[in-house]
Amino acid sequence: MADIKHHLTDQLLMGYAAGTLPEAFSLVVATHVSLCDECRSRLGEFEAVGGEVMMSAGSVSMSNDAFAATMALIANTPEAPQKRYAKGIFPAPLQDYVGGDKDDVRWRPVGGGVRQMILASDGGATVRLLHIPGGVAVPDHGHRGLELTLVLQGAFKDEADRFGVGDIEVANEELNHTPIAEEGEACICLAATDAPLKFNSFLPRIAQRFVKI
Amino acid sequence: MTEQMTPARAEWLDEIYAVRDTQDQAAFARLFAHFAPRVKGFLMRSGASADIAEECAQEVMATIWRKAALFDPARASVATWIFTIARNRQIDMIRRARRPEPEDLPWGPDAEPDQEEVLVLQEETNKLGEAIAALPEKQRELIQKAYFGDLSHSEIAEQTGLPLGTIKSRIRLALDRLRHTMR
Repeated sequence: MADIKHHLTDQLLMGYAAGTLPEAFSLVVATHVSLCDECRSRLGEFEAVGGEVMMSAGSVSMSNDAFAATMALIANTPEAPQKRYAKGIFPAPLQDYVGGDKDDVRWRPVGGGVRQMILASDGGATVRLLHIPGGVAVPDHGHRGLELTLVLQGAFKDEADRFGVGDIEVANEELNHTPIAEEGEACICLAATDAPLKFNSFLPRIAQRFVKI
Repeated sequence: MTEQMTPARAEWLDEIYAVRDTQDQAAFARLFAHFAPRVKGFLMRSGASADIAEECAQEVMATIWRKAALFDPARASVATWIFTIARNRQIDMIRRARRPEPEDLPWGPDAEPDQEEVLVLQEETNKLGEAIAALPEKQRELIQKAYFGDLSHSEIAEQTGLPLGTIKSRIRLALDRLRHTMR
């Protein structure tokens, strides 16, 4: 286990437990939880709340043949084999989206040496992998919504703090930040936003139209 | 469904074990009678039609049969576990969205859960249920709304006022033990 200092908020864990987060955020939550026992146990608690809510929601009778139908379902549904990838730096939920690990990512340049791969875009939220060479800054940007950034390799620093492997930064509209990858190994992050990033200079704004940030 | 005939909640463990170890249909029928109508009720409260909720609840019960061996009583009560299965089927079937799940923890060779840990976790889950029931009505309604999907993510306040902080440490203990046995 990495030494994780930055964790998920209760709000995100509860939303994930309730199943109400957009897919993009769910992927970041599931990936962080895979790396972080602290958040896995906190999630367990929010799921326990869900269990209690379900048990007190009131029963509705099942149809008369429901049990027989379920036994038939069990007999007739073959076990779906789950694809497993070789262990790498990406936890299983992320590997499922990439179709493998770090070396299988289909990177696209977005300028300034930064590369990305968009993994999913649904319900107004987008999740992407970012590859930022050591010492390179992601252009200064604010957010119109929520942005989650989870470090998978290397580290970055911004006005708020330092974020290493397993750390997650939860940024809202108030945070205007310039993440800079630490010198050395490139920083690979999983980042989800529920609104397009707004860059604070003219040029990246033009580039934004082409690179779909 | 007669309420007074149902055993206390921690006892559902025996039914899960019987399904897991001997594919015991009678034990499964007891689980079905207790949980399927509650899963169906929950799905309908979350906005599903009666037909869809019925179909989804059957699928949830079939998943319980198939995945009984994956249930870890040191980390979740039976009700919690069934809730997570119902929620996943709901996202998959009703909302037709993909549901990324955390990586499973691999089992160590001696990872048979400690009975004491199991009992404490089940007990604390029951206490959590009682604590939620004892909350002021408005607060309880807000929590229910969050789980029925009536609140968007941004509407779920940072301070939910939930009486949390106990089960977490039990699960944490179980995870630590699991990781220890894997070494």
